[in-house]
Amino acid sequence: MEYLSILCVPSIILIVIISGFLGKVKVYDAFMDGAKEGLVTVFKIFPALVGLIVSIGMLRASGTLEIITNVLKPLTDLINMPSEVVPLALMRPLSGSGAVAVLTDIFENYGTDSFIGRCASIMMGSTETTFYTIAIYYGAVGINKVRHTIKSALIADFTGMICAAIFTLVFFGK
Amino acid sequence: MMNYIWGSLIVLSVVVSIFTGKVSETSTAAMNSAKECVETVLSMVGVMCFWMGLMEIANRSGLLDKFARMLSPVIKFLFKDVKSEKAKKAISMNMAANIFGIGNAATPFGLAAMEEMARENKNNGLASNSMCMMVVINTASIQLIPTTLLAFRSAYNSQNPFEVVPAIWITSICSVVLGVLSAKIFEKRRSV
Repeated sequence: MEYLSILCVPSIILIVIISGFLGKVKVYDAFMDGAKEGLVTVFKIFPALVGLIVSIGMLRASGTLEIITNVLKPLTDLINMPSEVVPLALMRPLSGSGAVAVLTDIFENYGTDSFIGRCASIMMGSTETTFYTIAIYYGAVGINKVRHTIKSALIADFTGMICAAIFTLVFFGK
Repeated sequence: MMNYIWGSLIVLSVVVSIFTGKVSETSTAAMNSAKECVETVLSMVGVMCFWMGLMEIANRSGLLDKFARMLSPVIKFLFKDVKSEKAKKAISMNMAANIFGIGNAATPFGLAAMEEMARENKNNGLASNSMCMMVVINTASIQLIPTTLLAFRSAYNSQNPFEVVPAIWITSICSVVLGVLSAKIFEKRRSV
């Protein structure tokens, strides 16, 4: 499994560059344009990040996060999920920048390569900002009766959260 | 909604800090977090740019279109009531862009697909089965390279930022499959 994760990056880079050559793409120009887009994305979310990272930092320092994780610990222990990632699970469907703020708080306090850090990473990478997406997609076409959308979307999110805990254990052990 | 969430997080922190006796720690944390935010963003922006640049090459080389064509049998199965070819094309481009992590391409294709589906949908204001399916798939993440996450993992000095990627793929697949299955089950309850 470790071999797979080492191999996946260089092979993706290789495939992309070679297919660029085959498709007669000016690879360097394309790269520059994409990278510029990345810069724009990061700076666009910066104000939101400052606001949310500050609020999560305050939540941590005031002891509120500790209270939440302690209260939920008996529940999360049942599914082998570290209770420290619960704030991320709660924030993830609501706000992308909010989730990033919680994620960086977790990395800061527990490291990226701990059980908690890995579980948070997997959770973050495998789920989306559910409510924002629903609002954008239905808002654009004027749908207000969304039927089973929210139910199914939350089932997907919940599965992601639980599987994140399971696969952290499977791939990395405790 | 974010206004309420953000506002209450701050109020909650200050109120709790009075009870836990950590008032000064909390105000220090506010200033420090704001400061650290700059370092964090500066150290993640490079990785972010690298992957976005690479994915733009993939986009222009036609890798995206090829991939979208490969998805068409899946789309025929998931979106049975969509007739318009234009809608199917938009759906497959949306999925392909999502998988390649080109977010700013995925959304326009997704919205185009929604518009096409809205045109076929006779019930004004009521989502069709395919629209529900489309949104559910877009609320679940299926990404080959989770760029933002990897950028933050490197920013926080991970020994191997990529080690979580295979686990993320499997987790994503489980979550998408369950979302899609549940949508298929719920849509039978009342067909439109």
